Amino acid sequence: METVPAAQRSILIVGGGIAGITAAVEAAEAGYEAIIVEQGAYLGGRVAQLYKYFPKLCPPYCGLEINFQRLRKAPGIRVFTLAEVEQIVGRPGEFDVSIRLHPRYVNDRCTACGACTPVCPKDRPNAFNFGVGTTKAIYLPHEMAFPMKYAIDGSVCGFTECARCVEVCQYGAVDLAMQPRSFSLQVGAVVVATGWKPYDAGQLDYLGFGKYPDVITNVMMERLAAPNGPTRGKILRPSDGGEVNSVAFVQCAGSRDYNYLPYCSGICCMASLKEATYLRERNPNAKAHIFYIDLRTPGTYEAFSKKVREQYGVSITKGKVARVTEDSTSKQLIVEAEDILSAQKIQVRADLVVLATGIEPSLEPGKMDAPIVLDADRFVVSRGTADGIFTAGCAAGPMDVATAVQQATSAAIQAIGALQGAARR
Amino acid sequence: MGKKVGVYVCTGCGIGDCLDTRKLVELAETECRAPVVRSSSAFCLEDARLIRDDVEQQRVDSVVIAGCSSRVNAEVFFFKPAFVERVNIRERVTWGQPANDPETQSLAEDYLRMGIVRAQKAAPPVPYQEATERRVLVVGGGMAGMAAVIAAAKAGFEVVLVERSPRLGGFAARLHRQFPKHPPYRDLEAPAVAATIRELEQLPGVTVFTSSEIEQIEGQPGRFSVLVRREEGSAELRAGAIVLAAGWMPVEADVLAGYGLGRYPNVVTSVALEEMAAQGRIVRPSDGREVQSVGLILCDGPEDAAHLPYGGSVSSLVALKQAMYLREQAPSATVYLLYEDMQAPGLYEYFYRRVQEDPGVLLSRGVVRSMGEDSDGGILLEAEGTPIGGAVRLKVDLLVLSTGMRPATLGPNGPGILNLRYLQGGELPTSAFGYPDSHYICFPYETQRTGIYSAGAVRKPMDLAASAQDGAAAALKAIQCIEKSSAGAAVHPRVGDLSYPTFFLQKCTSCGRCTQECPFGALELDEKKRPVLNTNRCRRCGICMGACPVQIISFNDYSIDMLSGMIKAVGIPDEFEEKPRILALACENDACPALDMAGLRRLQYSAAVRVIPVRCLGSVNSILIADAVSRGFDGVALMGCRPGDDYQCHFIRGSELLRRRMDNVRETLDQLALESERVQVMEVTISEWEQIPQKLAELDEIVARVGPNPMKGF
Repeated sequence: METVPAAQRSILIVGGGIAGITAAVEAAEAGYEAIIVEQGAYLGGRVAQLYKYFPKLCPPYCGLEINFQRLRKAPGIRVFTLAEVEQIVGRPGEFDVSIRLHPRYVNDRCTACGACTPVCPKDRPNAFNFGVGTTKAIYLPHEMAFPMKYAIDGSVCGFTECARCVEVCQYGAVDLAMQPRSFSLQVGAVVVATGWKPYDAGQLDYLGFGKYPDVITNVMMERLAAPNGPTRGKILRPSDGGEVNSVAFVQCAGSRDYNYLPYCSGICCMASLKEATYLRERNPNAKAHIFYIDLRTPGTYEAFSKKVREQYGVSITKGKVARVTEDSTSKQLIVEAEDILSAQKIQVRADLVVLATGIEPSLEPGKMDAPIVLDADRFVVSRGTADGIFTAGCAAGPMDVATAVQQATSAAIQAIGALQGAARR
Repeated sequence: MGKKVGVYVCTGCGIGDCLDTRKLVELAETECRAPVVRSSSAFCLEDARLIRDDVEQQRVDSVVIAGCSSRVNAEVFFFKPAFVERVNIRERVTWGQPANDPETQSLAEDYLRMGIVRAQKAAPPVPYQEATERRVLVVGGGMAGMAAVIAAAKAGFEVVLVERSPRLGGFAARLHRQFPKHPPYRDLEAPAVAATIRELEQLPGVTVFTSSEIEQIEGQPGRFSVLVRREEGSAELRAGAIVLAAGWMPVEADVLAGYGLGRYPNVVTSVALEEMAAQGRIVRPSDGREVQSVGLILCDGPEDAAHLPYGGSVSSLVALKQAMYLREQAPSATVYLLYEDMQAPGLYEYFYRRVQEDPGVLLSRGVVRSMGEDSDGGILLEAEGTPIGGAVRLKVDLLVLSTGMRPATLGPNGPGILNLRYLQGGELPTSAFGYPDSHYICFPYETQRTGIYSAGAVRKPMDLAASAQDGAAAALKAIQCIEKSSAGAAVHPRVGDLSYPTFFLQKCTSCGRCTQECPFGALELDEKKRPVLNTNRCRRCGICMGACPVQIISFNDYSIDMLSGMIKAVGIPDEFEEKPRILALACENDACPALDMAGLRRLQYSAAVRVIPVRCLGSVNSILIADAVSRGFDGVALMGCRPGDDYQCHFIRGSELLRRRMDNVRETLDQLALESERVQVMEVTISEWEQIPQKLAELDEIVARVGPNPMKGF
């Protein structure tokens, strides 16, 4: 085995979310090399932004911590953050990959001591909190960032005209002259785990997003509930910081609708049931109401749905929400829907409306020049891809974390099989 | 054993501004007599070289770095072959405590003392290595099992497949069509099973035993001895790791009797309909007549007579699929599909929509309330809860019950599938639903039996395509286990750990507690009822070490002696100084990261607390608490994760077992006339570091209320 070229023992993992991390550690623990190329400044992707997982209501940091321990211990893993794959050409056993590294403006000498942030004069919207609140231009992405290194947002930094962070950093870790650079490497197989992004709720004007500040999305709700979120875990009305005594969840906000996303995003029903518990655990008298078309809680998740409805007193109405408006005097939101079972139009008032926006693939067409096939919704088609290239997680379609982990583990061994096949060729 | 300890005190990241690091250096040199002591603000940068030089040239074999958390710079502070101990005076001292304060200084000094003790007492682990079998055993030849075989074989491993029935394919071989998996996700596909069997049969290194069952499995990962019961007699084989892919079974017919199954001939299950479709013609069982109207109902949810605690995405999709069969066969037929919630998640929505577009399929929400049979064998249904309101009556030629899935392990042969000769039982421990228990979100393949990974519908309800992925994934876990076992290293979650517990058997009282408490069934008993370790089954959590009432279990680099030494290294101010001391034994996987993040956020918490990381709260032996109390600690915090049904413990039961041990601890304290509330189990969630100061303050208050530990100074 020692005689095979290094490329034939290495797997490129495009994307460092839960699917990418899993594929990398699972391959590495079987003795292979994995190269993770992550577009963001840290590994963990979307799951790092979640407060809890369904149905265990446990923190994603818990599993991430173990995975980061595994990453640190595995000898065969290399990680590139703020990096993008530009091109993949070749065949199993010999893919040439070109990668573009975007400048972090902070080098590996950073100790995460944090001396730089107090002196930084520039703010940027806190992307980790989906734009709620700000960070300084030089920032640590979040408390469990991997790598534990600061980064500078080049779009707001004052660079050499300011350079206060450079002066204050004792370790020479800030490098404002850092330039983007490209490099190439060879791998034997590829796992595309480019993940997802929340559907843009701004498209859904009938649901009041952007118009009423108390209409938020499900991912924003995760940040509101998270102890390291903009409100330190307090679920408050964004408009006035007031207490939330009632919340309405609007399922299929965009999903299952040919005007927006024709497919079902798969996870939003479970996510809303979960988020209803966030509010109820903080405010046991609060009302939570879910409007849905089908409450999609497949398999054993059915038990979670039952538990939430019974133990947390969450009420549900089968019916699609027609629109969300605001009571001009009380400023309370009004959700109008049709209750399919009673065939009546109903109105529910709520302090907060959470739109269960869906999953869109992150991979932009044409961004990565690679022999992969995308379907009409831009999901990577599993078996349409060239030999030696596999896909996992929400790059392949909407799915929950457990399924993404399943697919990632599966993709890792398929990639190993491709390496072995190439070595025998 | 004489160890040469090098102590490296970092002054960077604010440490030097907060602490008198010269005093720390002096403490290491004089009090702890470390032969090499250095100080720098750049050990993680240029001065890492100094440490490396000391290891290589001065033969320092134990490196103690007082600086940042071990969760950062792990790749820098790696000085093989030396043991590296990281003393966290950054996140846990400097970043959370007031600068230049005597209590802050004393905290750092205690941590340094504790770290040096740990380094002195840690012996390098000697890996347990014996000849390992590089063969994977797969139990079950359905889609998941076959996918496991193919994946393992393609990865270069030998595989043996044991299948109970005479042919491969499992349930998949009985399918007419499978769900759409290719764009535009609207068309049913021919099952991949025949092609999969062909692929499997052509792979080198694959042995298939059909009409065979597992008679028994003995041993441990890397060295399982397997007896296979075959028609031509038993076969013996050895395997390194095992994939359990025993599949599923439909819910029993008697459960569905309420729907007339068994009473009315024209009521059939979806399984029976699938077989009819596969054979080419769907007819009424009563008279063989072509069907013109069919009812399809989902009977698999918790609200249903089947009373499964779970439903299935699969049964909804099966009903949609079978609606299409019927419409293809008889274009004039009408199909009524009644459901509560149509479980067609993700891209299956396109398939649902395709069925909705068919005017011959009437889909409606509805729950069957009563039913009967008319004179010509037709089935009469009355459904409620439909959108058109009121009760709806239907008459159909055939009623199909789309049933739920249950793991084969719950079936009649369930108790005898693996037949492990393990003291803790012959099969995999299961969760509330009867599926093999695991951290099913993050680490779904990690069962409680090391080296045995479950896959497919025996693991959770899933469809054919998912089963194929699942089988392959479990095969990877099996391969990893073989690789790690052959290196004498642990698998998940302490991957690569070379240490393992040893037992000082001369003092063993044969109480069996270690054997019972091991969550992984790693321990068997010898003829004197003393523990025998199967090292490759062990996950190195230390729960046995925590359980042993006579403290005879230890690891080379983790022991009661070591932890006790660390406790004793803490300087306890006398009772008149009014400086209480609290010992925190904290889980290194959740509580310790939370403490780090509290530091990162510069949260200040009680400076009285001295934290010792433990592998798992379950590894905390009661004697350590007694040690702390007799040493003069005023309080003890046991910081770990949430127990119960939705437990978070990476070792399944650690925090739960510790809680049970606490009853004895309280009793002991009461006997000593010490307030048992001094000892508190604290649930600490990794993401809720903001709560840590408050939680520790509550213990401070208890200590203030009950007063100083009267044992101080004894």
